[in-house]
Amino acid sequence: MNRTVARDDEATAVERVFRDVYGQAVAALVRIFGDITLAEDAVQDAFVVASDQWRTVGIPPNPAGWIVTTARNRAIDYLRRSARGRELHEQIGAVASTSPDPGDWRGDGPVIDDQLRLIFTCCHPALRTEHQVALTLRLLGGLRVEEVARSFLVSESAMAKRLVRAKYKIKAAKIPYRVPAAADLPERLRSVLSVLYLIYNTGVDDPERGVLRSEAIRLARALVELMPDEPEAAGLLALMLLSESRAPARAAEGALVLLRDQDRCKWNRTMIEEGHAIVRACIRRDQPGPFQLQAAIQAVHCDAASFEATDWRQIVALYDHLLSLMPTPVVALNRAIAIGETEGPGAVLSALDAIAPDLDNYHLMHAARGTALLRLGRRDTAKVAFERAADLATTEKDRRFLAQKIEELAEDGALMQHRPLGSTGP
Amino acid sequence: MSQYLLSVHAVEGEVQRAPTTPEEMQAFMERVAALEAEMEASGTFVFGGQLHGPDAATVVSMSDGDLIMTDGPFAEAKEHIAGFYIINADDLDAALAWAGKVVDAINHPIEVRPFAASGRVRV
Repeated sequence: MNRTVARDDEATAVERVFRDVYGQAVAALVRIFGDITLAEDAVQDAFVVASDQWRTVGIPPNPAGWIVTTARNRAIDYLRRSARGRELHEQIGAVASTSPDPGDWRGDGPVIDDQLRLIFTCCHPALRTEHQVALTLRLLGGLRVEEVARSFLVSESAMAKRLVRAKYKIKAAKIPYRVPAAADLPERLRSVLSVLYLIYNTGVDDPERGVLRSEAIRLARALVELMPDEPEAAGLLALMLLSESRAPARAAEGALVLLRDQDRCKWNRTMIEEGHAIVRACIRRDQPGPFQLQAAIQAVHCDAASFEATDWRQIVALYDHLLSLMPTPVVALNRAIAIGETEGPGAVLSALDAIAPDLDNYHLMHAARGTALLRLGRRDTAKVAFERAADLATTEKDRRFLAQKIEELAEDGALMQHRPLGSTGP
Repeated sequence: MSQYLLSVHAVEGEVQRAPTTPEEMQAFMERVAALEAEMEASGTFVFGGQLHGPDAATVVSMSDGDLIMTDGPFAEAKEHIAGFYIINADDLDAALAWAGKVVDAINHPIEVRPFAASGRVRV
C-alpha cells in the first residue's frame, strides 16, 4: 500500500518535472536543430525514456540537462536514419558540435536565452493571434495538445491542426528564432505580453480553465527574469499577480462576487505584496506603459481596506493616464465606471453616452449603464439595460449574475438598496 | 537565403490611392526607383514587374487532350495581382522589412509569400 502511494508520488513528481522542463528542452532543441517538430518529437521520446529510468533510479539533479542531452541524441539518430535528415544533419553538424554540452546546463545562460527566442517566434505578428496563443501554451507552457484544446473549447483534432498550420508557417516562411533587434523590440514585446495576458484572461473567464492563469503567471515571471530591463513585462506580471490575489474572493457557491462585496480577508496577501513591490519599482523607474498603469490601478484596489475606502481619485487619475496611452473604448468604459465613485451616477451616464456607439455589443457597457440608472432610481430603464447586457454576456457566470439582477428588479419594485455593479469588474 | 514573392494586390476600379497629377506621378516613380536601387545594391532584388489588368489575361488548360483557351483571369475576383517583386532575404523578418519599404513607397498593401522552391528544376 505504501509502495503504491510512493509510486504515485514519484509519478506526480516526474509529471511536474516534465511540465517544468518541457519549454526549456524544446527551446534548446529548436536552437540546435532549427526544427520545432523534430524538437518536440525528440523531447517526447526523452520523456518516455525518463519516466522509465527515473522511477527506478530517481530524478537526476539536473533534469533539464538530462532531457536535453537525451533528446539531442535522439534527434541526431532520427536525422541519421532519414535520407532528408542526412542532408539536414550535415548542414547543422557544425552548429550541434560547437554548442556547449547540454549536460552542463544549469537552467541559466543559454537555456534561458533559448526560451526567450522561442517565445518571440511563437508570438510573431505574422502569425494569427489564436496560433500565437496555442503555440505559446504548447511549446513553452508544455501543455498537452488536449489541454490546449480544452482551454479554447475546440476539439483535440482541431487544435492539433491549428498547431500544425502554425508550425508549417514558421518553417515555410522562415520566421526566425531570435530576440528582435532593439528597434523592433517594443512592438514585438507588446505582442508577447498581450498573448500572455490573453492566456491569463481566458483562465479568468472560466474557472475550469484556471491552469491557464498559473501558466500565464509562470511565463510572465520567466519573461521578467529574461528581460529585467523591460518595465512593461514587470507591469504585466504585477497586473496578473494583483488580479490573481483576489481570485479566492471572486466566487461564492459558484456565483460571481463583485469587488464591492468581496471578503477582503480572502485576498492572497503574498501575491498583493509581490505585486505592490513591482508596481513601486515601476513607479521609481518612471517609464509608464499600459500594463504598468493597469497594474497600478489594481494596486490601489488591493490597498483599500474596503470598497468605500478605495482612493477613487487616484484610480480616475490613473485611468486618465492610461486613456492617453491607450485610447480604446474599453479603457474609456472603465474610466467612466470609476467616475461614478467620485462624481456620481449622472456623470457615469454622460461619459457612457460618448462611448456607447462603439460598445453597443459589449455586455459590460450595458451593465454599467444599468447600474448607473439604478442608482438614479430609474428602475425600468435600468432593467432594460441589464436585459441587454444579459443577452450579450459571453460567460455563464456573467449571464447568471445579470439574470439574478433582472429578477431582483422585477420582483421587488420597492427595493431601495441598490447594489451597483463593481467599478472595475470583480 | 530564401526567396519571397511580394505581390501588390489591387482592387478593381480602385484609384483613390493612385497618383493623379503629373507631379505625384513623378514623385511616385522616384520613390520606387530609389527603393529598387536600394534592393539591387543589397543583393535583394531578383525580379519585379507591373502587370496589365485581369482583362488582358487568358487561362490555358487541358481538357481531354485538347488545349482550351479561356478569356479572362482564373477567378472573377475583385482583387488581382497588379505587380510583384521577387526578393532574396535571410528570413521572414528581413522580407517583412523590405515589404514595409515597398508599402511605404507605393502606398498599397502587399502580400509576402515564401517560395517553396525557386529557380530551374534540376533532375
